[in-house]
Amino acid sequence: MIRIINFVFIIFFLSLVKAYSLIEIDITRGNLDPLPIAVSPLFQDDNSKKNSINELKIENVGSEISSVVENNLKTSGLFNPLSKEAFLQKPDIAHLKPRFEDWALIKAQALITGKVTIENNKLKVEFRLWDILAGREMMALAFTTVPSNWRRVGHIISDKVYERLTGEKGYFDTRIIYVSEEGPKTARVKKLAIMDQDGFNTKYLTLGNELVLTPRFNPTSQMVTYLSYFKNLPRVYLLDIETGTQEVVGDFPGMTFAPRFSPDGKKIIMSFAKDGNSDIYTMDLENRIVERITNHPSIDTSPSYSPDNKYITFNSDRSGFQQIYVMKSDGSNVKRISFGNGLYGTPVWSPRGDLIAFTKLHKGKFYIGVMRTDGSGERLLTENYYQEAPSWSPNGRVLIFYRETKSNDKGEGFSAKLWSIDLTGYNERQVQTETDASDPSWSSLLSN
Amino acid sequence: MNFSKSFRNTFLVILLSLIVSACATKKTATKVEGQMQGDVYTGTDTVKYLADGVPDRVFFATNESILTTKSRDTLRKQANWLRENSSINVVVEGHADERGTREYNLALGERRANAAKDYLITYGISADRISVISYGKERPVDSGSNPLSWSKNRRSVTVKAN
Repeated sequence: MIRIINFVFIIFFLSLVKAYSLIEIDITRGNLDPLPIAVSPLFQDDNSKKNSINELKIENVGSEISSVVENNLKTSGLFNPLSKEAFLQKPDIAHLKPRFEDWALIKAQALITGKVTIENNKLKVEFRLWDILAGREMMALAFTTVPSNWRRVGHIISDKVYERLTGEKGYFDTRIIYVSEEGPKTARVKKLAIMDQDGFNTKYLTLGNELVLTPRFNPTSQMVTYLSYFKNLPRVYLLDIETGTQEVVGDFPGMTFAPRFSPDGKKIIMSFAKDGNSDIYTMDLENRIVERITNHPSIDTSPSYSPDNKYITFNSDRSGFQQIYVMKSDGSNVKRISFGNGLYGTPVWSPRGDLIAFTKLHKGKFYIGVMRTDGSGERLLTENYYQEAPSWSPNGRVLIFYRETKSNDKGEGFSAKLWSIDLTGYNERQVQTETDASDPSWSSLLSN
Repeated sequence: MNFSKSFRNTFLVILLSLIVSACATKKTATKVEGQMQGDVYTGTDTVKYLADGVPDRVFFATNESILTTKSRDTLRKQANWLRENSSINVVVEGHADERGTREYNLALGERRANAAKDYLITYGISADRISVISYGKERPVDSGSNPLSWSKNRRSVTVKAN
């Protein structure tokens, strides 16, 4: 159904890229001065244009792909794609050998050019990244896929450019799974939905007949775990989004919730509630062995593994109020790490390992923040009336979360939307979704 | 088991009286707001009835699962009614308000539903007649974003299962 891996992925370097370049981007600071970049529409010959119309119903897929790239680079906050109207050189000529003076004149520091051909149900793309100031090529790549994958081509180009210019992996060729919401607050209809990171290609995975919550991607495969109230029995489920098959996780005599995969994808960690007490359990997906990790009369929930699978951060009210804890993955050495004012919830370990993102409630406001894994260096990124549940981009640079608005006394004015913010605290923006949305989870890079 | 339960109940009573007296002192300073006492909803306008004179729900303070005097009174009425109607089984639904993280609220709703269930059990209702389900903050009765609305939503509701 959702085709992902069958990408014929031929990368060949047209030239070596070790050459010294003048442009690079420091992504560790809030970037208030994004890099001016020109994204020339990918050139397409007349024959390919005809095939493009026949196969994709798109007149100029080269120009569409370059729009995908432009939009990605712009939303990263690190790049400033220049207006195409100012471009002096035609795409085909620029791709062969750009006149650097012309691009320098419009203040571009980097230039992306490319060429698309569609033939025999194959889409071939080559693109180049140019350093305008140094007057040289920085990168050249080509690959082939099926034409319907054209948006992914744009995302892969964006990732390669981002990686070349920042020195870190990108996060554009990824998906977001989330809960789509519709209807009044007292009778909300919720469905699992999945979309590309830029909001396109939305697909609904459930029909809305039962309440579904907190979907999370397996970092190593196209599996999803989530909470479903199917038959009014709230249980953690496992869903294969390629085949659509799903199953209950484990055989628990009560509610299981707050599921998440271990980073190696082999286990699901979750809470099991019994007699008013929630503790943390894991289930091995291969041998189905269930292990109890915490055993405490308080609420233990929202567990999340460290990327090396050795530690678990979780939420507990064992101190009397919701706080964040870290323990070894066998449940030993439990340590409280949040000590600031207010309540802390939804800890989630960064894929880089050094930070834990969280939700904080203090004096009637909700914050998304990060702290080091020992609890030091707490930094609040954004404050709002209600927001929670951050999820990391696979490169650990961006957080996506959901935000709800206040409703008036009649219950009007309520909305739930997805937002993203850079780890630096800059570049906060709404992520477009077809409906109201909550509980986002970011996938790994689909290709590498 | 029994010992710990009765111990817990005494503990609850002590804690409750502390809270009540704390509220009482506070109230002399601040006005009681509408249908709330302290932080707990006291009105009956949203309450349905299991039967004549048997309210179906009890209300909780923020982040709490302690039963108030009024809640225990309501639950005793439910227990009496359940004793008289021994063929009826019930589901106790636990709910939270919208001012908390989703996952914690699921656990909190479960804790509240069990607080009500435990009380029904101490009044002689067999545990196998009572199941619980938590909806966390997913099923509010009042969609407003104000303290009164939230207090109506922090509740456990006893509904007939058959």
